[in-house]
Amino acid sequence: MKRKKQKPTEAASRKESLTRRDFLKGASAAVSSGLLITEARAASPPAGSDAVAGPGPVSITLRVNGKPHKLNLEPRVTLLDALRNHLDLTGAKKVCDRGVCGACTVIMDGKPVYACNLLAIQAEGHDIGTIEGLSQDGKLHPVMAAFVENDAQQCGFCTPGFVVACKAFLDKHPNPTFDDVEEGLGGNLCRCGTYVGVRQAVLDAAKSMKGGKANA
Amino acid sequence: MPKCKYDWPEAGERKLIGKRISRIDGPAKSSGKAKYTYDVNLPGMLYGKILRSPYAHAKITALDTSAAESTPGVKAVRKIQDVGKEIQWAGDEIVAVAAESEDIARDALKKIKIEFEQLPHFVNEEDLSKAGEHAKAAGGEKAGDPDKAFSDPDVVISDGYYGIATITHCCLESHGSVAEWTGPDTLKTYFSTQNVSGIPGEVGEALRQANIDVKNNNIENICQYVGGGFGSKFGADRWGIENARLAKIAGKPVKLLLERDMELEVAGARPSSYAKIKVAAKKDGTIVAWQSDSWGTGGPAGTGMPPLPYVFTGIPNKVTRHTSVSTNTGPARAWRAPNHPQAAVLTMGALEDLAAKLNMDPLEFFSKNADLAPERADVYRQELRKAAELIDWEKNWHPRGHPTPSSIKRGLGISLHTWGGRGHNSNCNVNIHPDGSVEVNLASQDLGTGTRTVINIVAAETLGLPLEAIAVNIGDTKYPSSGPSGGSTTVGGVSASTRRGCVDALDQLFAAVAPGLGVPADQLIAAGGKIQAKDDSSKSLTWKQACAKLGLKTIQVTGKNPGPCSLGSSGVGGVEIADVSVDTETGIVKINKMVCAQDCGLVIDVKTAESQCYGALIMGITYALFEQKIMDDVTGRMLNPNMEFYKLAGIGDIGELVVHMMTGPGFDERGTIGLGEPPVISPGAAISNAVANAIGVRVPTLPITPEKVLAALEKGGVA
Repeated sequence: MKRKKQKPTEAASRKESLTRRDFLKGASAAVSSGLLITEARAASPPAGSDAVAGPGPVSITLRVNGKPHKLNLEPRVTLLDALRNHLDLTGAKKVCDRGVCGACTVIMDGKPVYACNLLAIQAEGHDIGTIEGLSQDGKLHPVMAAFVENDAQQCGFCTPGFVVACKAFLDKHPNPTFDDVEEGLGGNLCRCGTYVGVRQAVLDAAKSMKGGKANA
Repeated sequence: MPKCKYDWPEAGERKLIGKRISRIDGPAKSSGKAKYTYDVNLPGMLYGKILRSPYAHAKITALDTSAAESTPGVKAVRKIQDVGKEIQWAGDEIVAVAAESEDIARDALKKIKIEFEQLPHFVNEEDLSKAGEHAKAAGGEKAGDPDKAFSDPDVVISDGYYGIATITHCCLESHGSVAEWTGPDTLKTYFSTQNVSGIPGEVGEALRQANIDVKNNNIENICQYVGGGFGSKFGADRWGIENARLAKIAGKPVKLLLERDMELEVAGARPSSYAKIKVAAKKDGTIVAWQSDSWGTGGPAGTGMPPLPYVFTGIPNKVTRHTSVSTNTGPARAWRAPNHPQAAVLTMGALEDLAAKLNMDPLEFFSKNADLAPERADVYRQELRKAAELIDWEKNWHPRGHPTPSSIKRGLGISLHTWGGRGHNSNCNVNIHPDGSVEVNLASQDLGTGTRTVINIVAAETLGLPLEAIAVNIGDTKYPSSGPSGGSTTVGGVSASTRRGCVDALDQLFAAVAPGLGVPADQLIAAGGKIQAKDDSSKSLTWKQACAKLGLKTIQVTGKNPGPCSLGSSGVGGVEIADVSVDTETGIVKINKMVCAQDCGLVIDVKTAESQCYGALIMGITYALFEQKIMDDVTGRMLNPNMEFYKLAGIGDIGELVVHMMTGPGFDERGTIGLGEPPVISPGAAISNAVANAIGVRVPTLPITPEKVLAALEKGGVA
């Protein structure tokens, strides 16, 4: 079976930063004295930061789609919940809530990541890009247009995550083959069954983003 | 037949119907702008969470919520079930809380003190001998003389065991709602639902029973987008009612969406089905007798018998017996084409085994016996031919057991299916304004099937306007009621009510402009954005000019379904063929290709219709190979209530998929018929048959996991 493939970039980002599950494991032992987040901060050290944060709300700044947002969040709040519940950026969806389905995919420093698998405080100091930042001047991004044209969506709940993952995939693989697409988009799941459209949409978007020069 | 006023336009006149049109809400979805229930954020909104039973069968003996109530940030706590209540499945709701954040709500749940008396549970029904009092005879039928038919020395008999496990719906947007009391007795809800119009009545009734005085007409329900339903989202559900009560207590809006584990454990289940089946045919392949002893579970209420024998209902001698098994598992819900995928797996497996025993090519066998499906024998034969052509049956089929030295064995398998799909009741309000703007309003819903798009196409076609000239408004009970989206009834319902409403509205517009044009109203047509005389295009007005003649009066018409002129019908057939490869060393099944030949009468939008079929094939591949709600005998809990172990097919698992819609003469004149259910029925059976054809032995039950393939190969086959 070809599933369960991690996006290569996702694997890399996991190595760099503490996963949510590791973090929560630590949290259960340290909840009364505040949380040790040395490891998390090591990935994103804001100047002069303490080694301990929480358990109460902490002030952080998230840079999302090029704009800074000041937030007061408990350290346990995930990046996904911060985006959805605190910034009303609801394009990234909460589905599996544990880093499997890709519906919450956002771009961090150019790499696709699962926003449910990161704490908001881990994302401080990084550039976060969401689906809302992909359209410019009210025009659909070429990946979005290709999704519409190929009907790569039904209920649409997995779609924003897929679009963001496709965009990040194409940034890295501007000339993908059919096999590359099946490999590279294995980290996003759809329930309605839109993969036929998605496969074609990625190939079409590759062409349109390069002015029709792709070898797909 | 004389032309009836509302009839669909003739093939040559259709500008939009039957073309390939991109879904109109595609840009909203792909850009992340579409707002689902889960995305509704209201000022001051709280978050609801539910304490659930960790036991599959237990009695509550103590319950103390005081620590939860005094947790800072907690604004409402409600005991749903109290001391003395007997719980029948793990995950059943006990206490609901609303708090300022999801984390605070979770913290509060942990502070609730609860004790149970555990009772014996029963959660696995495949081994019927262990079911004891949980098994109850649940009917069956008899026709002809099966005993005599089976004892005829000239018949060939095949008997076997077949089955398909319980699966869950696994909607990506979990079940739930946002509830906001906008006044002391006015409620606004945002349910993720397949039944926008039905929610206020259900919620109102439940609240009044709880002595909360609210009238149905003071409840507005909104659902612009729904992240999957598949049959599991018709009702408000207990958590939906509780959410409205939390919001009432807290005096603030509350959002309560199920977490993933509970979405899988309690909010969706398709009943299992197992059967011992004996079938007989004459040596020429004519099926003469059927006997089945089936059982399955749909949770505490058990489950009824799937329609057996499936499709080939005309088998002259048959006896069916069914046993319903009650289990301590989350209750079943309708899952696309209720009972049909199970019936297909049982029937097509048994019949394909019989064909193998007869040494017959199953394509020939199914074609020959199509007369046993008397209502649509010819359609099935056409579809069998088309599907066989698309899979290149002649070149790729071989008798059972792929004769290759390679450990990778390839095989083909067929399945046939049927469904009704008549349009539901629907009311559509059409407004034509003096400025030329047009609205079409109905409290329907678009599950991702393309309902919005179909409504838009029908309205635009009827009014002779481009798609973008019409505002389609659905998903809100402020519009006229329209039926729930289930059983493939939506396209027939909304297309007919929209057509009738638009025809009537246009009549009024014709009447308003006829005197000025000097043309009788019944000689006017709407086409190309103009109102003009049928036979004299020089006598015309642009749409805008025509509407301006209305003065200050907006045309308002309600179209209905059912109504005059037949715009739709019921009853379709479909054939699917799977081409698989089985690795006999690892047991892994890979889909090479699947084809689907499907009729559904008049297709309004070919693009979204094909998407229904592609999606159905993929959902079918998923339940054929990966999906199972795995229950633990010891704890009574679901072992895989998450998305890493409750597996869905990924983009690399589906192979090549080909869809052929049966359209044109013989199909179009039937009018619209629904398509949501039929194509999802056959994939499991076709894949099961393809695996048997590849390895020479039947893997009896779905999902066809590597472990089961290897176990079947231990008993025989061509490894």
